[in-house]
Amino acid sequence: MTVLFGQLFTGISIGAVLLLIALGLALTFGQMNVINMAHGEFIMAGAYTTYVLQQSITGAGLSLVVALPVAFVVAGTMGVLLEVLLIRRLYARPLDTLLVTWGVSLMLQQLARDVFGSPNVQTRAPDLLTGNVALPGGLTIANNRLFILALALAAVAALTLALRLTPLGRRIRAVVQNRDLAAVSGIPTARVDRTTFFLGSGLAGLAGVALTLLGPIGPTMGTNLIIDAFLVVVVGGIGQLKGSVIVAFALGVLQATGEYLTTLSVAKVIVFVAIVAFLQWRPQGLFTLRTRSLA
Amino acid sequence: MSLLWSRRILAGAVTLVAAAALTACGSKTSDESGAAGVTADVSGDTVKVGLLNSLSGTMAISEVTVRDSIMLAVEEINAAGGVLGKKIQPVGEDGASDWPTFAEKAEKLISEDRVAAVFGCWTSASRKAVKPVFEKNKALLFYPVQYEGLEQSPYIFYTGATTNQQIVPGLDYLKAEGAKSVYLVGSDYVFPRTANKIIKAYAAANGMTVLGEDYAPLGSTEFGTIVNKVKSSGADAVFNTLNGDSNVAFFKEYKSAGLTAAAMPVVSVSIAEEEVKGIGTQYLEGQLTAWNYYQTTPGAANTKFVAAYKAKYGADKPTSDPMEAAYVSVYLWKAMVEKAGAFDVEKVRTASDGITFDAPEGLVTVDGKTQHIAKTARIGKVGADGLITEVWNSGKPVAPDPYLKTYPWASGLS
Repeated sequence: MTVLFGQLFTGISIGAVLLLIALGLALTFGQMNVINMAHGEFIMAGAYTTYVLQQSITGAGLSLVVALPVAFVVAGTMGVLLEVLLIRRLYARPLDTLLVTWGVSLMLQQLARDVFGSPNVQTRAPDLLTGNVALPGGLTIANNRLFILALALAAVAALTLALRLTPLGRRIRAVVQNRDLAAVSGIPTARVDRTTFFLGSGLAGLAGVALTLLGPIGPTMGTNLIIDAFLVVVVGGIGQLKGSVIVAFALGVLQATGEYLTTLSVAKVIVFVAIVAFLQWRPQGLFTLRTRSLA
Repeated sequence: MSLLWSRRILAGAVTLVAAAALTACGSKTSDESGAAGVTADVSGDTVKVGLLNSLSGTMAISEVTVRDSIMLAVEEINAAGGVLGKKIQPVGEDGASDWPTFAEKAEKLISEDRVAAVFGCWTSASRKAVKPVFEKNKALLFYPVQYEGLEQSPYIFYTGATTNQQIVPGLDYLKAEGAKSVYLVGSDYVFPRTANKIIKAYAAANGMTVLGEDYAPLGSTEFGTIVNKVKSSGADAVFNTLNGDSNVAFFKEYKSAGLTAAAMPVVSVSIAEEEVKGIGTQYLEGQLTAWNYYQTTPGAANTKFVAAYKAKYGADKPTSDPMEAAYVSVYLWKAMVEKAGAFDVEKVRTASDGITFDAPEGLVTVDGKTQHIAKTARIGKVGADGLITEVWNSGKPVAPDPYLKTYPWASGLS
């Protein structure tokens, strides 16, 4: 029984990680329809930001708290630069966007290698986050995973509220639903795009900070995550946040169950097979965005 | 609009990435022209040797240090006049933690650079990938890392431990400490799988129970499930054959789950001083390791080695077992060449038997028959300062037995 709950929590926490890495992508890919292969490198940038901050701020707890907003801004700024310099010029050419951002991703990896060296680096976690919460029945829940879960949920809540309630959110949704109509109504679509990209990339930076609590930081860490992130968004349904949220947790639990019953490698295969089967049944993903436009 | 369109492109891109990865795995050096063997180029006043280590990718954390210590040995030998009057000229290649790349680079070092010997490789997967290349070209590889045994190539010298010099002593130590059950955790490739086969045979013969066995893909950083399984098994100890950065994620998860070295010690065979520094003593203090050398090993040869290494690479750089074995391998090669009086591979091999060296780990002797070396087994404990202190040693060098022929319980293995 303890194992079962332990595994359930493991699944939920894998889901939380998936959600964090996919959330930014749900904005840039899901809402704006930009295939950004460099999204993983924004995650990496967030992770390295934590590492750099820890070199100057000695307290592990304080540096983590500071890293969250700083990584958001660092990754967000990188995203805006990418949008302004390259993606903006390629909005009608998805295939070119893909190739260009893939190139950018390789360049960013090499840059990280040149600046920080090839070997992976580590950060120290604050003592509070290396412990665990003991529940009755011998069940323990790791604090770092609780922190990541809380961070993921907070990010989802903030993003949902921002999209629903703020004028900026309304503008983003308007542009997503009908770009031309939004433009004629006086919404500066280019500026909205830039802001959306800032938010999406910033969320990737946030994910990077969280990942330093679980594993090493390295130049190729983004590559390992980008496919998972795209899968979550595609299966969840493009243009919808709730789809990504549900799918991230479902895949996490499926992965953990598969890992428990079989092996780690086989579990990965099970997840992929399940995704293929699901997309055969619902090619449009879990949720679809209904708009009046005919496109 | 382009909703479905971009989805289709994405699908194409994913297929492309996957296909690229598959092709990379399938590509092999198919050049058969060198079947007669390539002779090393020793015509000038230098002799080239190849250095083949991963300087990038998941194994770089470990392999860069091996490269550094090989370079130290090369410089020391050159400063003392070289080998047979020739200065050693090192040619470095990056294996990039990718096994086909190792094979390609090995071929390049042998055929293009015509080196007299190659020093390097870490994972057994990379060694298995280059083995046919060295055998085809009749060239020499010095492999400096402990491995799973059950191998004996005429063109490889194994200067790290084989199983009876590391894993078996590790198990003997656990047994002596009263461990009745173990859980096996390893990376998913040849070394951990073979090592665990040996551990299971040992356990069956020694009244130990193996409560579980789990493998994570190399480079994996998600250990929630494995640690959960380990914890619920209630094993007395964990035998860890994870390699590279996975150890970072594993030990972070281990500590987060509330598991401690006192309650459930982990014996690791791939974590040395450099990795301890990388993972953080925060997570490793009190855990056990099985090796043949630690930075703290006493003796004049080690004091000199540690001082020289720190002088060259920085006072904060620790020395470790694979680094020491790599350092020693260059000196052993030098002694073999000098005994043979030539760089010729076959002559060097014939000359190898019985060569001894006063290594930092203590006296080592080359066994010409197996091309392994006799070395002392040492179990150590990670301290708060990140160094490993010895808690047990075998007292004398253990003769290499890669096929475990002298152990009755291992009869069904090879």
